[in-house]
Amino acid sequence: MPKTLTPAGTLYRGREGQWSWVAHRITGVVIFFFLLVHVLDTSLVRVSPEAYDAVIASYKNPIMGLGELGLVAAILFHAFNGVRVILVDFWKKGPRYHRQMLWAVVGLWAVVMIAFSIRHLSHVFGG
Amino acid sequence: MATPTIESPRSGRVAPGYSRTPGSRGNFEMTAWLFMRLSGAILLVLILVHLYVNLVAGDGITGIDFGFVAGKWADPVWQIWDLTLLWLSMLHGTNGIRVIINDYAEKNSTRMWLKGVLYTATVVILVLGTLVIFTFDPCPVIDGVAHVADYCPAP
Repeated sequence: MPKTLTPAGTLYRGREGQWSWVAHRITGVVIFFFLLVHVLDTSLVRVSPEAYDAVIASYKNPIMGLGELGLVAAILFHAFNGVRVILVDFWKKGPRYHRQMLWAVVGLWAVVMIAFSIRHLSHVFGG
Repeated sequence: MATPTIESPRSGRVAPGYSRTPGSRGNFEMTAWLFMRLSGAILLVLILVHLYVNLVAGDGITGIDFGFVAGKWADPVWQIWDLTLLWLSMLHGTNGIRVIINDYAEKNSTRMWLKGVLYTATVVILVLGTLVIFTFDPCPVIDGVAHVADYCPAP
């Protein structure tokens, strides 16, 4: 009786190394697409002050405010993990401590995100 | 008794498909790899200050409007800051997407198409963004109507 074999998937070794790599890619793509939109919305200052203010007003509503929180979360992870990637590549002991460095990245990210969330949400929700 | 000569690795006798210096490509990939790390380190500073000044300091996002942009770009330091941010982030991001396309798009034609779209978008955004920074007018006159702001001359 032939059994259907499914491929084992493309998981390499998993764990901190691969998951941080996946997160770095996803956050990088998210940031890139926002960057395209961000240059376009800023370009409206050359159309008219009213056009720019109208689009920026849409960035101030609560739903977009939460989106900005997500964007900043992506940027901060990509930035801090980027430092970790540089250390893995250029610091002699980097590869040995890459796991510990990831937890440092996640810890720093959490602390900065808590502080930023309080500040930004109080702006967005008029605190 | 002759001493056997052991050649250094990759000193010839390598099948063409495995050559590490395939002609004109040179060491582009190594340069790109190095660029990601150098630009990344600079972008860390540029973006964190950008986010702090625009979203944390003062009134945060609620304080952003045309006058806010005019106030920033009245200072050449912010013009250069934003110009550097624009170029480094677009080149860093474009190279990142290029690597991702190379990783996941298996057909030659698909890769060429995706990279064509990517590079077109990059050029358009870089040219547009650069022009906007350098041609910005804080007191534009649109259809004969002058923009009214406390920093603009009264009409």
